[in-house]
Amino acid sequence: MTETVVRQVPDARGAAVRAGLARGMIEVRQSLTSPGDLIWYLFFPIVFAVVLTFMRGSTVPGTSFALGAMVLPSIVGMSIAFGGLVGAASTLAVEREDGTLLRAKATPNGMVGYLVGKIVNYTLTTLFSLVVLVIPAWTVRHDLQIDAASWLTLGGIFVLGMVATVPIGTALGSLLTSSAQTGLLLLGSMLLIAPSGIFYPITALPTWLQWVGQAFPFYWLGLGARSAMLPDAMVAAEIGESWRTTEMVAVLGLWAVAGLVLAPILLRRMARRESGSSVAERREKWLTRGM
Amino acid sequence: MDGSMSSPRRDVVIDVRDLRMRYGTKDVLTGVSFTARRGDVVALLGPNGAGKTTTIEILEGFRMRSAGEVSVLGVDPAHGDEAWRARLGVVLQSWRDHVRWRVRELLVYLGRFYAPYSTPEQRRPWDVDELLEIVGLTEHADQRIKSLSGGQRRRLDVAIGIVGRPELVFLDEPTAGFDPHARREFHELIHRLADFESSTILITTHDLAEAERVADRILVLADGSIVADGSVDELARQMATPAEVRWTQDGQRHVHPVPSGDATSFVRDLLATDGGTVSELQVKGASLEDTYMALVRRVESGQPAHSSRTGQDGVPATMQEVRS
Repeated sequence: MTETVVRQVPDARGAAVRAGLARGMIEVRQSLTSPGDLIWYLFFPIVFAVVLTFMRGSTVPGTSFALGAMVLPSIVGMSIAFGGLVGAASTLAVEREDGTLLRAKATPNGMVGYLVGKIVNYTLTTLFSLVVLVIPAWTVRHDLQIDAASWLTLGGIFVLGMVATVPIGTALGSLLTSSAQTGLLLLGSMLLIAPSGIFYPITALPTWLQWVGQAFPFYWLGLGARSAMLPDAMVAAEIGESWRTTEMVAVLGLWAVAGLVLAPILLRRMARRESGSSVAERREKWLTRGM
Repeated sequence: MDGSMSSPRRDVVIDVRDLRMRYGTKDVLTGVSFTARRGDVVALLGPNGAGKTTTIEILEGFRMRSAGEVSVLGVDPAHGDEAWRARLGVVLQSWRDHVRWRVRELLVYLGRFYAPYSTPEQRRPWDVDELLEIVGLTEHADQRIKSLSGGQRRRLDVAIGIVGRPELVFLDEPTAGFDPHARREFHELIHRLADFESSTILITTHDLAEAERVADRILVLADGSIVADGSVDELARQMATPAEVRWTQDGQRHVHPVPSGDATSFVRDLLATDGGTVSELQVKGASLEDTYMALVRRVESGQPAHSSRTGQDGVPATMQEVRS
């Protein structure tokens, strides 16, 4: 018989990373060419456009600035956090249930390829969901102040936002035991929007709620986007009348570190439990639920 | 592992000794032992809940065992690395995964992971067009996976399982939901894998006719241990599963069970004494189904199945069953 020598294969991980990049691109293409997904991408920007239109004439309390102009960058920040956090957690829960993860596990270095693919996927689809925010942005375009520095800052906030939310979203997704629980996660995130100063200035809230909001990435990403897109004078409506860039980087950095520490541990723990029978069990459950 | 090993153990692909598995206080496997060699097609049979899936998942490295020694391709699956994984093929029952992917797209994607593990002796991965041809999905190559029928989807599962040209393939209930045609084609595929690719194949199935057709060896797992291990013929002899002789005499249909191996002498006696009245004579060898049923019945009634060597205790007394 022929020799079968187990060799250390140096480029196997590299090949898996490249395959993962291809996976990400394939999935993004699938998403952006699917009518169902496109409706979903466009739905919220259109809702936001309507909301901003209704806000016409309202001003940020205590100032003469248009409220809508403050809300739009806040939505940009919120969308980054949503894309990273909820996107990562829910796809993970769904793809664990349907056996995608098990396939990755049965393939050499398949988990590396899977994760690289997901990062490409979340990054590009979140980016796309930001681009379509041009629709609501159009309604407040005269009140925004966009220049070269804004784009640079927005780019930095996007990267920081993804690093702060994708790992923690992955960690949360590893804890979910069924795709139905992603609804809870979505609900929790939506509740967090209220104290995060997205649709109304955080300074108008009671102090304790301000502290709740400031514990999570939604507030800080909104703040960062406001600092990039609004005239400097609007800093007056912020806590401490400052954009607090240092604090933003610190809090988002903490989330990133927590996520990067927890995600591999929880992901590995979850993946270890995956097997043909665990997927079959969930399939049974899913079928008997009649969904 | 280096290339200098040349002992007979070299050909042993699966070596399981006294494998035990306990969930909480429940013993699922109470001492499973068997081996499989290169090119073997082994069918693992057993009632639901006997521990087949647990056994396979331990061998696949997806489940940690409680005790016992397990070696798969020379490696303990509990410590199998990615290079080891590249030599295995696991055929999973797909459900909703990758539904948006196109058939060829997914096979090309998965194949990429195996390319670094290609060796001059074992080219990896499989050429996707050739693979599609083998599993009969050529015309569906550019279709989205969600648009495949159940049988097509299972053939894709097989293609995914073998895309890396594995030396060992695990097939858990591979033909559930196949129509007879797809099933026949699938059996040919298994023969091809075993004969031309020298792959070792471990298959679990509830279809005994299928096991009989594809497997060189049958393992029966019942009550947490292997209660039978051998070819279909060996098992029939071990269990003394009767062959069946059928004939018509005086307008009556006769069915007579005869111990395996004794059918020839029975027929000789029958024809020597019938005075030319016997017609429509048929001899049907012991089927795996009969053997399997006898085995399982024996285990369930609490008798040790291993002791069935003499070949007499399972045989009904000579009797003539007359059916109209």
